[in-house]
Amino acid sequence: MTDFAVSLAAVSMIFETAGGSVHALDDITIDVRDGEFISLIGPSGCGKSTMLRLVGDLLVPTEGNVAVRGKTARQARLDREYGMVFQSSTLLEWRKVAANVELPLEIMGVPPEQRASRAREMLALVDLTGFEDNYPWQLSGGMQQRVSIARALAFEPSILLMDEPFGALDEMTRERMQMEVLQIQKQTGTTIIFVTHSIPEAAFLSDRVAVMSPRPGRIAEVIEIDLPKPRVFETREDPAFFAAVTKVRESLRGFEAFE
Amino acid sequence: MIARLRRWIPAIGVFVAFIALWEAVVRVFDIQGFILPAPTAILAAFPGAWPEVWPASIGTFLSALGGLALGTTLGILAAAGAARWPMVRDGAMPLAITANSTPIIVLAPVANAWFGLLSPWSTIVVVAVLVFFPVMINMVRGLLSTSASELELMASYAANKRTLLWKLQLPGAMPYMFSALKVAAALSLIGAIVKEYFGGSQARLGQYLTLKAGNFQFEEVWTAILLASAFGIGLYLLITLVERRYMGWHVSVRAAKV
Ligand SMILES: Nc1ncnc2c1ncn2[C@@H]1O[C@H](COP(=O)(O)OP(=O)(O)OP(=O)(O)O)[C@@H](O)[C@H]1O
Ligand SMILES: [Mg+2]
Repeated sequence: MTDFAVSLAAVSMIFETAGGSVHALDDITIDVRDGEFISLIGPSGCGKSTMLRLVGDLLVPTEGNVAVRGKTARQARLDREYGMVFQSSTLLEWRKVAANVELPLEIMGVPPEQRASRAREMLALVDLTGFEDNYPWQLSGGMQQRVSIARALAFEPSILLMDEPFGALDEMTRERMQMEVLQIQKQTGTTIIFVTHSIPEAAFLSDRVAVMSPRPGRIAEVIEIDLPKPRVFETREDPAFFAAVTKVRESLRGFEAFE
Repeated sequence: MIARLRRWIPAIGVFVAFIALWEAVVRVFDIQGFILPAPTAILAAFPGAWPEVWPASIGTFLSALGGLALGTTLGILAAAGAARWPMVRDGAMPLAITANSTPIIVLAPVANAWFGLLSPWSTIVVVAVLVFFPVMINMVRGLLSTSASELELMASYAANKRTLLWKLQLPGAMPYMFSALKVAAALSLIGAIVKEYFGGSQARLGQYLTLKAGNFQFEEVWTAILLASAFGIGLYLLITLVERRYMGWHVSVRAAKV
């Protein structure tokens, strides 16, 4: 038994495709603490989404082992420990916005009145009050992405796996959503694995940032972000914040220089 | 409302022009009634033909509807089975696709032997078999049209197969089901009438058509043709209406509504 929320031990992932095999991840070993906020950052195609899928048991590693709260990843999925925000919003087009948010609650057998009030609450959180009865295609890309965040939060999973959740948002909305996610994490103690392409975002949100290098995907460096918590608006003006941003940037540049 | 009516104007215009042209051609070229009667002549034949042609149409229409309902239900059930178990799919799909490209209507005389000449079941079963294959094939396609990411989403909720079917696959297959239903509806009327050509109750459209054509009563033949068309169009409109009501979310309906 460990008190880690997620442990990856010597995990490798090789995809066999018609065009040959793709070595997506190589020898990934990392432990994520309970209640930690960890970001994955790295160039496109370095295996970030693949890593989230392995943790969420949507893929099975070619080699190595994934453990979640002392269980297998599969058992954790069956126990509904994961809330996933996919890179694309993946809303069901025949369901209205509120019904999309209610989907996991419906599957988990939550009674209708409770579902409805929970959906309303979550939509308010992502600033989409008044859009409950719209269809997904009537929303902008960023709004759709926020619906999918509300959906993932709706059933209070113990582990959130978020794949570029704020990618489609404007700067102001993005900062608001960042604060909301941190707030939720503080209240619920959720463990969050967060994929992003934004260095400042990773530095602002995370306890640690895992910098990944491509072909095959590896963890090049894990950077501790020594910023006081809770993170507040002024954190972005803290010299320590700039130091953290610089550290991540230089780490990313480190292996890119070899390309 | 006004805008919607305005969209119908071209269609109504073409229809009226078509009827007028028909009437004119028949009169100008003095075409014989057995080749093509004028619309006015057909209209004049309606009151006399009505006591016979109306019950015959209703009888045929109900048989077609019964067969459509039976075939569609079985087609959907078979498709759900095929989508659920790959073994069933691999076994049944090649057969279904083969059967779907054969003229199943040739079963008609055989069905008479099976169910008896006068039993409505012979027509219902022929129509059901006719409708079964396109519905099943389309539904299987629809049920399997779910995207990889939607399946991942459901997997992340540890959804079981039943939940998957009801919450993801069936709703996703609705567009496929409605296009299958439209094809099947037309097929059901054709199937019923052609089946009745091979014998059966006198009070059915197929028999009525054979009889009147044999007697050179072509105005009566045309009353039957028009009634059959009317039922076909009515059925199609009904399906379209239900489709619009329940599938407002889909691109095809969205586009049609604008
Ligand atoms: N299902 C799959 N089959 C085959 N190859 C795959 C599959 N999924 C991912 N890959 C490959 O694995 C590698 C890593 O992909 P992944 O989606 O994890 O990258 P990423 O870091 O998330 O990139 P991005 O930042 O662009 O989202 C890529 O080379 C990709 O082509
Ligand atoms: Mg990705």
